[in-house]
Amino acid sequence: MRTALILLLLLGFAAIPGSIFPQRSQNPLKVSDYFKSNPGTAKFLDQLKMFDVYSSPWFSAIYILLFISLIGCVLPRTFEHLKGIGAKPPLTPKNLHRMEFHTQVEFGSLDLAEAWFKKRHFRIRRDSNSISAEKGFMRETGNLAFHLSLILILIGIGLGSLFGMKGDAIINVGDRFINIPTSYDVISFGKLQSEKALQPFSITATDFKATYELKTGAPSDYKLTVNISDPVGSKEVSKVVRVNSPLTFGSTKVYLQANGYSPLVTVRDKTGEIKYQGAVIFLPQDGNLTSTGAIKVPDMQPQVGFIGSFVPTFARNSQRGAFSTYPEVLDPRLLISIWTGDLGLDSGNPQSIYRLDTSKMERIGLKTLKLNEKYDFGQGSITFEGWTPWVNLQIVKDPGKFYALLGSIFAILGLLASLFTRSRRIWVKTNVDTPGVEVAGLAKNSAPGLEFEIASLVNEMRG
Amino acid sequence: MSSTNYAYLSNYAIYSAMVLFTIAFFAHAVEVAFSVRNLDEKTKFDFTRTKRSGNLGTVMMVLAFIFLFAGVIFRGVSAHRVPWGNMYEFSITGALAFTGAYIYALWKYKIRWLGLPVALAVLLTLGTAITLLYRPSAPLVPALKSTWLAIHVSAAIISGGVFLLANCIAATYLILDRYESKGGRPEWARKLPTLDVLDQLTYRLVAFVFPLWTFAVIAGAIWAESAWGRYWGWDPKETWAFITWVAYAAYLHARVTIGWRGRKAAWLCLFAGSTFLFNYVYVNVWGTGRHTYSGL
Ligand code: HEM
Repeated sequence: MRTALILLLLLGFAAIPGSIFPQRSQNPLKVSDYFKSNPGTAKFLDQLKMFDVYSSPWFSAIYILLFISLIGCVLPRTFEHLKGIGAKPPLTPKNLHRMEFHTQVEFGSLDLAEAWFKKRHFRIRRDSNSISAEKGFMRETGNLAFHLSLILILIGIGLGSLFGMKGDAIINVGDRFINIPTSYDVISFGKLQSEKALQPFSITATDFKATYELKTGAPSDYKLTVNISDPVGSKEVSKVVRVNSPLTFGSTKVYLQANGYSPLVTVRDKTGEIKYQGAVIFLPQDGNLTSTGAIKVPDMQPQVGFIGSFVPTFARNSQRGAFSTYPEVLDPRLLISIWTGDLGLDSGNPQSIYRLDTSKMERIGLKTLKLNEKYDFGQGSITFEGWTPWVNLQIVKDPGKFYALLGSIFAILGLLASLFTRSRRIWVKTNVDTPGVEVAGLAKNSAPGLEFEIASLVNEMRG
Repeated sequence: MSSTNYAYLSNYAIYSAMVLFTIAFFAHAVEVAFSVRNLDEKTKFDFTRTKRSGNLGTVMMVLAFIFLFAGVIFRGVSAHRVPWGNMYEFSITGALAFTGAYIYALWKYKIRWLGLPVALAVLLTLGTAITLLYRPSAPLVPALKSTWLAIHVSAAIISGGVFLLANCIAATYLILDRYESKGGRPEWARKLPTLDVLDQLTYRLVAFVFPLWTFAVIAGAIWAESAWGRYWGWDPKETWAFITWVAYAAYLHARVTIGWRGRKAAWLCLFAGSTFLFNYVYVNVWGTGRHTYSGL
């Protein structure tokens, strides 16, 4: 028992570092920042798994040991308890006067006592000269249910991590997402799960509406309308997705996670031939959705790239330069710097689509474009045609969730039963040499109220 | 009436509650400080001298509770939502739950002496709230709009109020225990309950709210599942909620299965309570993670 207590406290302490150091599973960027700013300590901390606390061997070791000791203690008790269901209470002990509540009364009889016990649904063992009565069976039942539920929760968590999947995809409103691995920006599978298990549905984002507070610019509602088709190619059905109400496909759920803007641009070469046209996803930088991104045009000679900043509601001052004052598009601008040279797409190194690698490029211009404005940068031209919102869909499959929830519900019910049931025993005994009966009681965990109960029993026997 | 008017009304109600708490605080201070008159011999004491002052304290406490209640409700009306969307609102609602827990315990267990630390703790909470944490009343960002949020936060706030009360009692236990081991209680403390009663009371309160806290954590997980796609992510706030849960489970185990009583149990209870406070202050104010986006 002491071991369990120590392990329990240890588990609490072991969880602390994960709230102090950035965690890879939550915020990989912060972890790499930490590595940049203090490389020495970071390396050391990494060896201790301080950036992966909750999947580290030492954290796992603690909870596995805890649950082994839990199973080791609770299973035998469960069998013991099940055996006890039909059984009678234990024999009346010899020496009742050692009990906490003990009185000798000069009246009463075992029959009167038995009637009182029956009325109150005690479990009774009646022997020739004594009654042993017991109540509060639910306490141990609840206690066992609670501890067994903890095991069920753990099983649920385990199933989720073995058979689950999780991924993110950014799609422009108007586009269709098909649930195959290549549609994702990031995707990860549980240890026993493969790509084949992706459910074959498709989602077309038909409309996205964000509502903001006029005064503060804080968002008050996001509403995404989609057409879903499950499996792909079957009849489309229209649905609405909100932040707190995801789409459900069996054990897969689709959440609306983030949103932003994709400016629509057309890039032409000197002859006026279109070299690039489309919506480019830009990433929000602040609450008013000032967004930045990169436009890459590999088909021009030499190659051309733009570092862009999309400002939905434009303002400018000397300190901050151009910035957005409201997250909705009221007065948009597209700020671009124009680069020419080698985009580095063939170098073999993976590149971010949101960043321009300017190491082999040269800047040839800067421009702020209004809506529908065209800018001629010598080698060609760029036109700011409009914008479309994008949404970030998070797609999660967690087949263990149900068991975890079930475990939680049983855990609470068990806990309530265990903590609010008073478990107690009362004995009534006749002795040959004294008139009346001897009454004694014992309350488990010094639960209150037994003295009143005994007083009521005594009163009843007085008649 | 407009939203702004309700917001003002809420502020006035809370200021008034603070005045009432201050009066309650002084009334209880007088009660405790001057309660014992030593009659002729050393062994005989009169505890009734400051009874009236204590009664005044209780009346003020109940009135303050009513005003605070009104303040919290008006705040909710002005923002058209449950009044726990930011730190300021957690604080006023938490203070309300704490006072409520005290009044309930007062009625059930006759622990009027607790009024002094309770009034002080509430004044500190409300003072910090209106000076440092105040935010104008505003609607919630979309992720916070959920029935589960309302359920989760109200359960967490009530649990917090009771944890705090249990901590007050455990601390009192330790102080009195020190006096007693050094030769006896000072006069002002003679009227307080015996150590045994304090010990039991602490346990009762913890055993009473532990299921509620468990429920609060689970409701939070359900809400996180519907908003963020995962029910548990070891975000700092979640981590500390878990630590608090484990710490109180350890306290209950220590008492029930190993039979810890008194001093050791009181320290463990204080430790568990401090993990709750730490979560509230540190993680909300300085922490990172997804729970910090409510603009304090
Ligand atoms: C290492 C594994 C564990 C073992 C062997 C264990 C065993 C026990 C035992 C024997 C009791 C006694 C109940 C009684 O007789 O009244 C108990 C109670 C309890 N346990 Fe555990 N337990 C374990 C893990 C946990 C965990 C992980 C938690 C939750 C964090 C927990 C929470 C509780 C609670 C709340 C009680 C009720 C205490 C009360 O009645 O006041 N236990 N446990």
